[in-house]
Amino acid sequence: MAMTAIKRAKVSRGIQYSILIIAVVALALIADWGKIGNAFFNLEIAKNQFPEIITTAFVNTLLFTALGFVVGMSGGILLALMKLSSVAPYRWIATIYIEIFRGLPALLVFVVFGYGIPAAFSISINTYITAMLALGTVSAAYISETIRAGLQAVPAGQMEAARSLGMSHTRAMVTIIIPQAIRIVLPPLTNEIILLTKDSSLIYVLGLTVSQYDLTKFGRVGLTAANAGLTPLVLAGACYLIITVPLSYLSRRFEAKTARTKK
Amino acid sequence: MNGSDTHDSKNQSSPTRAPGAISVSGVTKAFGDNEVLKGITLSVEPGEVVCLIGPSGSGKSTLLRCINLLEKPDAGEISVGDTLVTDPECDIDDFRRRVGLVFQHFNLFPHLTVLQNCSIAQRRVLKRSEEEADKVSMRNLEQVGLADKAAAKPSSLSGGQQQRVAIARALSMDPELMLFDEPTSALDPETVGDVLSVMRELADAGMTMLVVTHEMGFAREVADKVVFMDGGIVVEQGPAAQVINDPQNPRTRLFLSRVLNPTEVDLGEVDLGEKPAE
Repeated sequence: MAMTAIKRAKVSRGIQYSILIIAVVALALIADWGKIGNAFFNLEIAKNQFPEIITTAFVNTLLFTALGFVVGMSGGILLALMKLSSVAPYRWIATIYIEIFRGLPALLVFVVFGYGIPAAFSISINTYITAMLALGTVSAAYISETIRAGLQAVPAGQMEAARSLGMSHTRAMVTIIIPQAIRIVLPPLTNEIILLTKDSSLIYVLGLTVSQYDLTKFGRVGLTAANAGLTPLVLAGACYLIITVPLSYLSRRFEAKTARTKK
Repeated sequence: MNGSDTHDSKNQSSPTRAPGAISVSGVTKAFGDNEVLKGITLSVEPGEVVCLIGPSGSGKSTLLRCINLLEKPDAGEISVGDTLVTDPECDIDDFRRRVGLVFQHFNLFPHLTVLQNCSIAQRRVLKRSEEEADKVSMRNLEQVGLADKAAAKPSSLSGGQQQRVAIARALSMDPELMLFDEPTSALDPETVGDVLSVMRELADAGMTMLVVTHEMGFAREVADKVVFMDGGIVVEQGPAAQVINDPQNPRTRLFLSRVLNPTEVDLGEVDLGEKPAE
């Protein structure tokens, strides 16, 4: 009666393959491939997207992400150090900040920065600066937690060894702890940049002029052309992947490298 | 072997070092409800090698860490040379650079090469030039037999090699004395000998050393004095040969018989009880 473990594994794998094959065959027979192909990718429409999708949208997405990262990274380092500070109020401030901005939808923060603050203070802020501050404010909360975890992941013995050689706490942090923490933090930090790249699509709520279009906004505007189908969005999506896939490859490389140097 | 031999065989060519006497009196330390040190008094004379032995959890490592202020004693006084370490006004960083500490788990800096491990504190703390620091480091790496590994990363070395680098790193700060916290406990058995022989050379050169160890052979042959601790107190201390070969206290006798003859445990003896690891 009882099947051997090997036989059971074989049967299970056989069933899984069968389901896959049936699904693929069914899809191939039922779907109208010509129509679907036309809807998702129409060469004529695609040609019309160039060169603006690169010269404007792609560049703007990179720019918004980079600006947001600069603010997010600086804020993140500051918040991480505050969270590890021996001065209690600094820890409270950092904790409250992190909880608030990790708990709020990024879109809401964008609306506050885009409309709330200008209205409240009767000022008008450049879109790039608003995007930089909004993206930076949100990502600083996440980045600070990544950095804090990295600093705490360095074994306590490293600090003890550095102190036993006569280094001050600050000196030990700078020469021994932080260089090691950076190695630990690189893979998750790369993931933060990927998230930031995707979050940069939210700046559409700021109301962009044509020259400020990012990839998502550019793709959505493209949809309104006659018979556009989904081609503009598919192209915009491909542009995101051109940014994010190499980043996640990089992240895996960092991870493998850290694993090698660790014993 | 007599412990006092090591005094007479001081190597004239070795650099003369500032006196590094340690004096500990009435030191207590508790972690929460766990009283680890219950009033420890002991002294180490300049040039002397003292081994601290005792079961796990007896407070040996905690005492060593208190001397270097990695743990803060609750009460009592500790002085090293002419520095009262337990004085709140004491400049901890200045004091620590005069005391070498070797850890059980080496704690080498994994992002630096062997040479950089030895040089970094010389450069950042003693403000030596790169050239001078590297020269001192190479001299100490030669002394521990690892000059050829200067460019290697610690992770490529065996445990015994890493521990010898850790000793060279501590020596590169020209310490007055050296503290060793179970330096061979985390090593593969075949690499223990190399580390012990480096320590023996150091002792022969006249370095003041306080060593927490389970290596009774080393204690008997190299130490001038052996201190047996159990349950947070000093149970017995005296010349190495006397404490190890002819212990007076029954707890010392039981501990030594277990360590020296682990296969011949007399189950009829008093049970010391399993203590939590330090």
